[in-house]
Amino acid sequence: MTTDSKGPTLTHRIARTLHQRPWLKVLLLLALPVIWLVGVYGGSLGALLIQSFYALDSFSGAIGDSLTLDSWSQLFTDANVAVMVRTVGMAAAVTVASVIIAFPLAYYMARYAHKRVKALLVLAVLVPLWSSYLVRVYSWKLILAADGIINWFVERLGMRRALQFLLETPFIGGPSLSISLFGQFLVFVYIWLPYMILPIHASLERVPGSLLEASADLGARPAVTFRKVTWPMAIPGVAAGSIFTFSLTLGDYIIPTIIGDSSPFIGLAIYSYQGVAGNLPLAAAFSFIPIAVMAVYLTAARRFGAFEAL
Amino acid sequence: MRTKASLGLKLAAGFTLVYLHVPILFVFLYAFTTESASFRFPPPGLTTDWFGVAWQNSEIRAALGLSLRVAAISTLIALIVGTLAAAAVWRTNFFGKNTLSLFIILPIALPGIITGIALRSAINLGDLTFSFWTLVVGHATFCVAVAFNNVIARMRRTSPNILEASMDLGARGWQTFRHVLLPQLAPAMVVGGMLAFALSFDEIIVTTFTAGNQQTLPIWIFSSLVRPRNRPVTNVVAVFVIIITFIPIIFAQRYAQRAEES
Repeated sequence: MTTDSKGPTLTHRIARTLHQRPWLKVLLLLALPVIWLVGVYGGSLGALLIQSFYALDSFSGAIGDSLTLDSWSQLFTDANVAVMVRTVGMAAAVTVASVIIAFPLAYYMARYAHKRVKALLVLAVLVPLWSSYLVRVYSWKLILAADGIINWFVERLGMRRALQFLLETPFIGGPSLSISLFGQFLVFVYIWLPYMILPIHASLERVPGSLLEASADLGARPAVTFRKVTWPMAIPGVAAGSIFTFSLTLGDYIIPTIIGDSSPFIGLAIYSYQGVAGNLPLAAAFSFIPIAVMAVYLTAARRFGAFEAL
Repeated sequence: MRTKASLGLKLAAGFTLVYLHVPILFVFLYAFTTESASFRFPPPGLTTDWFGVAWQNSEIRAALGLSLRVAAISTLIALIVGTLAAAAVWRTNFFGKNTLSLFIILPIALPGIITGIALRSAINLGDLTFSFWTLVVGHATFCVAVAFNNVIARMRRTSPNILEASMDLGARGWQTFRHVLLPQLAPAMVVGGMLAFALSFDEIIVTTFTAGNQQTLPIWIFSSLVRPRNRPVTNVVAVFVIIITFIPIIFAQRYAQRAEES
């Protein structure tokens, strides 16, 4: 065999070259993904951050060429801080409610459902997770409308007073459910719920049945077993799910546009600074608020073992 | 030993299932209502007329065609980029490997509005015009994560021994890829592709920022929600979107399950 590169065919030669230089193979494989994701996408994110430090020319509305921290200081006006507090509050409320509503189903799936039923239930959670987000939001427009579905049932069940009371409650109420913060909250929970069920289910699957029996044998009542055995073992799953429910609520602007009292959320504020107001530097600075909040949140979630449960 | 679930647990689990699934059913019901001006419940009458009206609407047909084309091409690109990335990350270590993994996940981990606004400002900075292709770039960017996750999961379950065995039996690199590795990865690529398609078909946020005056089906739905017009037709289109995203999801799930069992 000769050492020069006169192989029988071109492909053979290429194959040999690649075999002899594994780093070249990795480089070829990496080229497109790196150009696309780190170059184009990462570059866009970087450019966005840089633009937040440029001044907006107040006459032309164009981005000038002088560096300034104006956008970052405008970010912390009272109105904008109120937007951040409202959004983070909603994200927290949605997360807590999702845990409460997700847990029973996840627990039933992990502990009682037999193989076939379990497969079916997993599918029943996966389908809404992947299916049309926009249509799922829209369905609540039908449900919450003043002459819509919920009102019809409320009338039939004679609960009109209760609904009236809810709508008159300051802050969460409103003229009708579809233009109230409470209605918006119901939609957020509905949309992100599957993201909470699946990780809790996964972490409960890892709780051995024998452990629960041992707890019972040692005299613990079911409630005590739950508090001392099941719940601690479910915490990584809860933390993992909460990353989704929290982060997705934090950046959403579609739900607040369609449902609710049109009080601004972070996503909506970014959207209008970028679009209607034409103030890209401020929108860019605002974009980094959810990123910063999530960075803090992820650090906390990691301590609860969320990453092992993903 | 499993004891039976308590009634309370069954009720609570049942409530969650109802909460997850019943709202969508109402969209189906409303596609048949004769009421065209409000969301009145129960519908005063039922009709199938709106399906015909929606089908005749050229704006909707154009939007549907655009959404299908964007989803198909973005899925194809995402599969190529995602599979290449997975192949590079699998069993090799290189400087910046974790950074690359981060950048693959970032487009779906970050709120859509941030991805959207970053791409929009980059397109503006580069003096590019918004077109079909800017939409495709936006969609492919977040679809890569889905393709990558499915393919890398499959690779991790593939024993490197079979590649060595193939080589030992005299197969060349290309033959090993074609006859050994590709059949192993194909199910994961099909599943990843299906999910990426469903994700792209119904995406609205990144779409809003990367579209010029192109109107995808979600953009059409969203604009008719913000400024209510032809309500019954919107319901029909909504039903249509549910069905189109439902098919690949079910198919992907079936396929994944069968691949798991075999």
